Amino acid sequence: MVENRPFGNFIAYLTLALGVFIVAFPVYVAFVASTYDSATISNGNMSLIPGDQAPVNYYRTLFEGTARTSGQSVGGMMVNSFIMAMGIALGKILISILSAFAVVYFNFPFRKTAFWIIFITLMLPVEVRIYPTYKIVADLGMLDTYTGLILPLIASATGTLLFRQFFMTIPDELLEASKIDGAGAFRFFKDTLVPLSVTTIAALFVIQFIYGWNQYLWPLLITTKSSMQTIVIGIKQMLTTQDVLTEWQIAMTTAVLAMLPPVLVVIFMQRLFVKGLVETEK
Amino acid sequence: MAGVTLDTVRKVYAGNVEAVKGVSLGIEDGSFCVLVGPSGCGKSTLLRMIAGLETISGGEVKIGNRVVNQVEPADRDIAMVFQNYALYPHMSVYDNMAYGLKNRGTPKDEIEKRVKEAARILAIEPFLTRKPRALSGGQRQRVAMGRAIVRKPQVFLFDEPLSNLDAKLRVQMRVEIKRLQRALGVTSIYVTHDQVEAMTLSDKLVVMSGGQIEQVGTPAEVYRRPETRFVATFIGSPPMNILPGTVEGPGRVSVGGQSIAVTDMRDGLTPGSAIEVGLRPEDVQAGGTGASSLSMDVDFVEELGATQLFHGKVAGAEFVVQASTGQIAADTRKLTLAVDPANVHLFDPQTTKRLGRV
Repeated sequence: MVENRPFGNFIAYLTLALGVFIVAFPVYVAFVASTYDSATISNGNMSLIPGDQAPVNYYRTLFEGTARTSGQSVGGMMVNSFIMAMGIALGKILISILSAFAVVYFNFPFRKTAFWIIFITLMLPVEVRIYPTYKIVADLGMLDTYTGLILPLIASATGTLLFRQFFMTIPDELLEASKIDGAGAFRFFKDTLVPLSVTTIAALFVIQFIYGWNQYLWPLLITTKSSMQTIVIGIKQMLTTQDVLTEWQIAMTTAVLAMLPPVLVVIFMQRLFVKGLVETEK
Repeated sequence: MAGVTLDTVRKVYAGNVEAVKGVSLGIEDGSFCVLVGPSGCGKSTLLRMIAGLETISGGEVKIGNRVVNQVEPADRDIAMVFQNYALYPHMSVYDNMAYGLKNRGTPKDEIEKRVKEAARILAIEPFLTRKPRALSGGQRQRVAMGRAIVRKPQVFLFDEPLSNLDAKLRVQMRVEIKRLQRALGVTSIYVTHDQVEAMTLSDKLVVMSGGQIEQVGTPAEVYRRPETRFVATFIGSPPMNILPGTVEGPGRVSVGGQSIAVTDMRDGLTPGSAIEVGLRPEDVQAGGTGASSLSMDVDFVEELGATQLFHGKVAGAEFVVQASTGQIAADTRKLTLAVDPANVHLFDPQTTKRLGRV
């Protein structure tokens, strides 16, 4: 199809540019705010050109934190968030790839039922089952632990569904060929299914890492020690101070830092799974 | 090496669908056996039971002297080539061929030796480091065969291995498979619905229909002396013509009032009873004269280059005759067909069995 409509193109690009502007501008303002000192932001003299306080702000945020508020360094919070997000993402992938493997390749009684039960949990997000989950985690003494942060969130119907759909597209002959080649169920899983699932794993990792990183309600409930705080909660606590002025430059620096890992994950993994999508041929 | 013996092997699927109805067959050590039949005749199911990919509902499958009904596919000492090749897409050609050996704990240098050897035989040495997706259909087919060869199995199983290839490549690979099997001398069982493949490849041809064996024999036997009407019309291209006729007496039948002589006819058939008369398009001589002849009304002509096919009717039934190009004018409307008594096949209209000499 030959299309030559300069005006149409202009409108299309304008719309896109407007969209980018709406999304990106607040991010930019946050970045700029992270490069000024507290006074400049407070008296409203902040310009849209980055200032010269960036090294001071980022150093303070990462290693000292807002001493007057939560007193926790953001570096520590990032470590907490990172452990939680990685744990959730990897845990979800592990659990869902194994359950999809079971549901697709094994013939056991009530296989369909098992699948539907997994499917139904899609309708029960964390918020719905939060009280019983909290009770269990508390009774098991997992409050203020990484296990408590991660474990209740790793069951994933979405992931299981995704892997199941993918496994269904793999020709049966591949399973039969590996049977004849002397590979048992686990070896087929390890040598054939997992390598073929790399792109699906990458896609799921991106989605679930961001999901884990952005968790707010669950960490808020089960972490009481400030040393277990995640960065998302940290930002929130910096904004609600009682007696002292909010240190906006630190809050904005924290916001910028909080955005970085998900952005890096997307950039890095996207390359992997786009490459995979182009190359894979079954 | 080992032969394969099937003893009243049955396969019943859920819902009491009987896909294979008691097949007994002996396949000699080192021979090339082809199972041929229309789709749904149970040939693939039979092969998959020999491979161990389907459970056996009844009967016994023996490889060599060992009953393998309860043996895992990996332990049956077989190798299989699939229709869609079933190569591991993420492994290089080398790894695809080496995988089965690795799983068996074969030493590394032995694996390398065998893979190199197979690659040399199949002329795929330059591709060993490539992934299957970087290969053409024919090359993938070779890799799939290489994967079978390196295992040095007792039996090769082929499940319609050529049907994903284009016509030209198919002929070429067919010749190669035959040559390879001759060279290696491994018992092979080959499933196809293509009768040309079946005829050209087999030492032993097994024609199947409806979950049962119709006939077993050498390709020449099956072609020359089909045991049932199904075999007669399935093997041979274009298919054999079947005309309704009646028994006149010993060695004579009549088709639409025209009497023809028959060499291979059962004794004691009641004169006047109905019978089916089979004639191959290439066995009747168009425009010839002789002791027995039929007259044919021609409808149209198909050009095949070296030969022409005349389509028309004999005694009210569809009939096709093959003639060398130029032998008969293409606008001929009426043809006389000379029939050699030795080339007439007779079948029972009820049982569809051959009514030849016992």
